Amino acid sequence: MIAERLRLPYQGSWWTPRRLFENGQRLVRTHAFRLAALYFLVFAVSVSGVLLFVYWTSADFVERQTEATLEAEIAGLAEQYAQRGLSGLVQVVAARSAGDRGDGMLYLVTDPDGRPLVGNIAAWPAGLSARAGRLSFTTEARVKDRIETHPAQGALFVIPGRYRLLIGRDISDATAFRDRVKVTLLWAGLLALGAGLLGGAAMSRNLLRRVEQVNRTSERVMAGNLSDRVPLAGTSDEFDQLAANLNRMLDQIERLMTAMREVTDDVAHDLKTPLARMRARLELALIGPVDSAGQSEAIRSAINEADRLLATFNALLSIAELEAGTRRDDTEPLDLAEVARSAAELYEPVAEENGFVLSVTTEPDVRIRGVRHLLSQALANLLDNALKYAGGGEIEIRVFHREGQAVLEVADRGQGIPDADRETVFDRFVRLERSRTTAGNGLGLSLVRAIVRRHSGTVELIDNRPGLRIRIQLPRWGA
Amino acid sequence: MKILVVEDDRETASYLVKGLNESGYTVDRAGDGRDGLFLATSGSYDAIVLDRMLPSMDGLAMLGALRAAEISTPALILSALGSVDDRVKGLRAGGDDYLVKPFAFSELLARLEALLRRGAGTPTTTKLRVADLELDLLTRTVKRRDKPIEVLPREFRLLEYLMRNAGHVVTRTMLLEHVWDYHFDPQTNVIDVHISRLRQKIDKTFDSPLLHTVRGAGYCLRAADDRASR
Repeated sequence: MIAERLRLPYQGSWWTPRRLFENGQRLVRTHAFRLAALYFLVFAVSVSGVLLFVYWTSADFVERQTEATLEAEIAGLAEQYAQRGLSGLVQVVAARSAGDRGDGMLYLVTDPDGRPLVGNIAAWPAGLSARAGRLSFTTEARVKDRIETHPAQGALFVIPGRYRLLIGRDISDATAFRDRVKVTLLWAGLLALGAGLLGGAAMSRNLLRRVEQVNRTSERVMAGNLSDRVPLAGTSDEFDQLAANLNRMLDQIERLMTAMREVTDDVAHDLKTPLARMRARLELALIGPVDSAGQSEAIRSAINEADRLLATFNALLSIAELEAGTRRDDTEPLDLAEVARSAAELYEPVAEENGFVLSVTTEPDVRIRGVRHLLSQALANLLDNALKYAGGGEIEIRVFHREGQAVLEVADRGQGIPDADRETVFDRFVRLERSRTTAGNGLGLSLVRAIVRRHSGTVELIDNRPGLRIRIQLPRWGA
Repeated sequence: MKILVVEDDRETASYLVKGLNESGYTVDRAGDGRDGLFLATSGSYDAIVLDRMLPSMDGLAMLGALRAAEISTPALILSALGSVDDRVKGLRAGGDDYLVKPFAFSELLARLEALLRRGAGTPTTTKLRVADLELDLLTRTVKRRDKPIEVLPREFRLLEYLMRNAGHVVTRTMLLEHVWDYHFDPQTNVIDVHISRLRQKIDKTFDSPLLHTVRGAGYCLRAADDRASR
């Protein structure tokens, strides 16, 4: 559904107008598109603002320059007039308007009748008012054998005796410069907006593509392909982080699902088989002679079988409860050596009876925080295993400190466990003895591991050369 | 001896009633917590066996109400919930013992009888005696026919528990709970070996054995001719 909505226009055939419209609509609805559109809008406004500002300041600068030149000229002429009167002024104007000085300055002095006396403007500009003050006008200028009309700016002064002085400046260069700036900025703006549009589109498409990857992967996972993962772009950006997190989550889910499936299979096998056996026995007893010794024997063995099943069931529930990790804080400070001695004391007679020598070596003050009955049970399971599988010899229980950890070891001198099986023996219902002649449900070590993990510890199997050394490491408390 | 069974499951209830009747008890039955509470407060029972999960009133609530009314009839709680936490909760609510379903009837009977003896009130004594076997709680010594017997501290506690329940069956689980404070069943026959060692010490050199194995149930400490209590 989500992926459907996000599906990009470039996928599949989108040439028909209808498809194009639908795809366009879909695109408009996407967050990425809206984000890109907003981004573009903001970008356009700011680019326009910057360009307008640049235009305005450069135009203003040129205008000010014209203004400043005019002011300087007016001040100079005013000084001449004050010192030397009208004739002086006429002389200066004549001198300044002779030849092309290239600064674009324009002068004209007229007599009371309006006839030009001196200056580089041929005639009084058409349509120019005769009142004093600032003004704009046009002037004709000769540029390479051509007469052009140029805009000019200037000021008109009325000198006593109804003489008039017109000072101006040809601003065609400035105007041309301003126009040039305008065109340049316009092009720059268009280019920037075009690039922004392209960038926004590329960004949203890239975003959509990566979201789409996540969507498609989750769809495949939901469809049942649990081992599918979101591809990483290798950029270690937020999307890669998101993908990596999703992948880790999927790993976890897959692991849990696999574990659950295994447990279900195991339960099916390890609980169904004895149930079937029990049922068969009871059925046989039912068709046999009534009130016979065989019948009571069958019932007794059925009860035993039921008890074994219940023990298996209880162990499974305990493991599940421990692994579910509902952490109630029922831990208490414990002396690990005391736990070990207590269990050893319980097992010592039975060990001796079966030809073992059970020894306990403890260091003082190996304190941990834990649940006593759980740790005792773990130790009991390990001792049960040693008694069952080691055959005889020494069983050594050691409690000591190592690298800031509390260590509990149970070592025997039996056959040990082959390297290849050292991890699998912790799994539920795993029994290395294929014939399964020894009593047991294959849950002992699973329970040990669950208990140790509940105590934030680790358990490992070590070669005791010969024999097996099981090392449980727990965090020390109060060290 | 009158026992009240509060159990909603008809089949379990009739199994309990039948078994207890056969063991010589008079049994009343209640099907839910409210009836159970009513019967327990009105009738005079020697012990109550109650299920933890009951309709209309939860077993623990019923027990709490009973204890609040200062009725201290010993109570044995039956429950499908078997974790140590659940056990502790049950005992805190006023239960005297806790048995996880499903259970062997012999286990229930042994525990119930232990409760009944406790309810009868044991006089504070410093010496326990069964036939010619004597256990001194103060000096922590054991003698048989005035001949001192050397026992280890744990063996002393084991013997003490057996002697306090002399003439009655105690199960392996009861021994694990009371002597070792372990609430799980080891896969190996650890208790049997402890018992046989104790037997070596107290019975070996004497003609009449005191410590007996009860097949399919547990152990019983009793004088050879004292079969009436069984």
